[in-house]
Amino acid sequence: MAEFWVNMGPQHPMTHGLWNLRIKVDGETIIDAEPIIGYLHRGVEKISEVREFQKVIVLTDRLCYVSSITWSHAYCLAVEELMGIEIPERGKYLRVISLEIQRIASHLMWLAAFGADIGLLTMLLYALRERELFLDLIEIMAGLRLNSNYTRVGGVRNDVPADFEKSCQRVIAHFLKKLDEYQDLMENSKTFLMRTQGIGKLSKEDAINWGVTGPNLRGSGADVDLRRTIPYEVYDQIDWEPAIEKDCDCYARSIVRMREMRESCRIVLDALKKMPPGPYRMKPPRRAEGEAFRVTEDSRGEALFYVAADGDDRPYRVKIRSPIFCTLAAVPQMMRGHKVADVVSIMGSIDICVGEIDK
Amino acid sequence: MSGSLLTPNLVGLCRSLTEILLGIVKAIFDALSLPGVGSWFVSPGVVVFFTYLIATLVMVMWAALVNLLSVMWVERKLYSRIQDRRGIMLGVPWPWSKKYKRGMTNLGWGFLQNIADGVKLLQKENITPASADKLLFHAAPAIIVSSTIMVFAVLPFSENFYYTKVALGVLFVLAALSLGPFAIILAGYSSNNKYTLIGGLRAAAMMLSYEIPLILCVVAVVLLSGTLDPFQMVAVQERPLMGTIVPSWNVFSPPQMLGFVIFFIALVAELERIPFDIPEADAELVEGWTTEYGGMRFGFLFGFKWLRAFAGAGLLVILYLGGWNGPVFATVSVLGYPIPILPQEFWFLLKTYLVVMVIIWISWSIPRVRADQVLKIGWNRLIPLALLTILGAAVFKTMGWF
Repeated sequence: MAEFWVNMGPQHPMTHGLWNLRIKVDGETIIDAEPIIGYLHRGVEKISEVREFQKVIVLTDRLCYVSSITWSHAYCLAVEELMGIEIPERGKYLRVISLEIQRIASHLMWLAAFGADIGLLTMLLYALRERELFLDLIEIMAGLRLNSNYTRVGGVRNDVPADFEKSCQRVIAHFLKKLDEYQDLMENSKTFLMRTQGIGKLSKEDAINWGVTGPNLRGSGADVDLRRTIPYEVYDQIDWEPAIEKDCDCYARSIVRMREMRESCRIVLDALKKMPPGPYRMKPPRRAEGEAFRVTEDSRGEALFYVAADGDDRPYRVKIRSPIFCTLAAVPQMMRGHKVADVVSIMGSIDICVGEIDK
Repeated sequence: MSGSLLTPNLVGLCRSLTEILLGIVKAIFDALSLPGVGSWFVSPGVVVFFTYLIATLVMVMWAALVNLLSVMWVERKLYSRIQDRRGIMLGVPWPWSKKYKRGMTNLGWGFLQNIADGVKLLQKENITPASADKLLFHAAPAIIVSSTIMVFAVLPFSENFYYTKVALGVLFVLAALSLGPFAIILAGYSSNNKYTLIGGLRAAAMMLSYEIPLILCVVAVVLLSGTLDPFQMVAVQERPLMGTIVPSWNVFSPPQMLGFVIFFIALVAELERIPFDIPEADAELVEGWTTEYGGMRFGFLFGFKWLRAFAGAGLLVILYLGGWNGPVFATVSVLGYPIPILPQEFWFLLKTYLVVMVIIWISWSIPRVRADQVLKIGWNRLIPLALLTILGAAVFKTMGWF
């Protein structure tokens, strides 16, 4: 059969957003792949230059619509370093709690999309059902569910209500039971193993060379978790373990995410226990000068914010490093030699978010 | 064993109905003093023609309206419940209920939803792609629909509820069911689209690898029961098993137990349900071979899959699960006719719908298998096991063990 290019996108069930993956197929076998991005470019970096420091958070919230708190938090960290301020201890703990709740919500969205990709639509409904609970927790914290605008330069927007710990414990106890069920549905299903094991191999060296980060890198066996290697906020005071798998395939990446959800639950409960009373926010200076960058562990990998300022009340330049943008570069290598049906397994397992790719 | 609702049979009932109707017609023409026309209407040829016309209509209505809608409803309700939601709820309440004043409601059982969907599809434009092979593109839905309806020409629902008695009935059903993939290949080729082409080729590959174990399993059943006639096949399964009250359904015989599993898996692949729905894999091929169809053509392609599922489940019940055999003997006498309380049709439909529900249950709880893995399962696992089933059936037949 002749070789031909197939467009998977911009409108395709696999894409989870607006981008295009062109694959060159010989029958069912993929010879080459070429991601084409840019359909969702909004110019966040450029718009940031005309907004005051605090007002950029509205934009960074919308960088990734399933993981907004982590992005705003990365920006706030960079700006705080630029201004040279240290936020109150309670604010740090609240940030950690919100980050981990957001991480669980984001990973549940991944689980839903991954299930639908490989043909298990029931997983979509189940995972979205549990995601609601965590969105409700975010709503209790921030007043909003998706683009929560919670992290601020100098702390967080508001304190949590008195019974928040109890709500968290109830939700997490329920969720951990359901997570066992999902792991049964995936790990004990021969069909699921057939679809994911040995598919989309990305060796540790290749992953590091391509700049792959986050759960995808940990699925390739590299022990890199920025929450541990470059601890920010109060992650060094909290008891948790990173999730690392050595198989380098789609299955390892999915297991890493499942284990990370458990660890996130542990972090939330631990942080709630250790959270001290006191102020949760401080007043940051209005103007800043200099440049700063901070890396954080986003739900999808290493999120880097570089902020430069020239003494004005708004940034002079903002540069965002999106983890999935770099991961996407490794996709053609992961795909070559596999079948057309493996495209959805591979793309599902690396957890695409087009909002942050196109910025 | 319980009896059938219909006496003497479907065609016989339709003949009585036709004779009554044509008698009325004859009386009308006699009253108009046209006795020649009247007696033409009751001549044997015309009666037979109208009898079969009415019987065909009844059978098609029964299959395509009653059972197709029911299977669709069962599927949509069942998978919604599996997914922890309510599913379709559109319905018209009973006229005497208070809700009736509001007309249509979304708090019903949802049986009307499929009809509403059908009406919506009828209203949509039938788009034919400019570069499509128009003849084949239009022929594919017709082949799917007609081949599926053809199954019901011989598929019996009970001893008396059948359209025709064919000595090679099971073979006919298999032949009619296996026409479907040909239409899929036609649809995939003629749409002139890369997704549909890949889908059509996948269907072709799957047909080759799953028709064979399907038919090999039937061969094993035929070896044991010694016939391809569905009626005799069911009659063989009627006698009790080795002096117990358990009926000797084929599925209880050791070689056929394996055959049952293989037949079931091959049937799921033949029906393109989710573990094996690679020709229309919606996540990778955008509904595969149905991508370019719209309106009611898509409705036919999509809806008749459920009727094929029903027909396939019916075949499975006849081959392995004792057909319409049921345990109830009780009858009530109405005007001297013994009417069974739980007739054979009830048992047949019960088993068939249970099989359909198991297929639905499986297809919404496991992911899709990859195309090459599907073929590997077919050639490396199912075909050798099906041959083993035949060997086992032959041994059991020679030794007279079952």
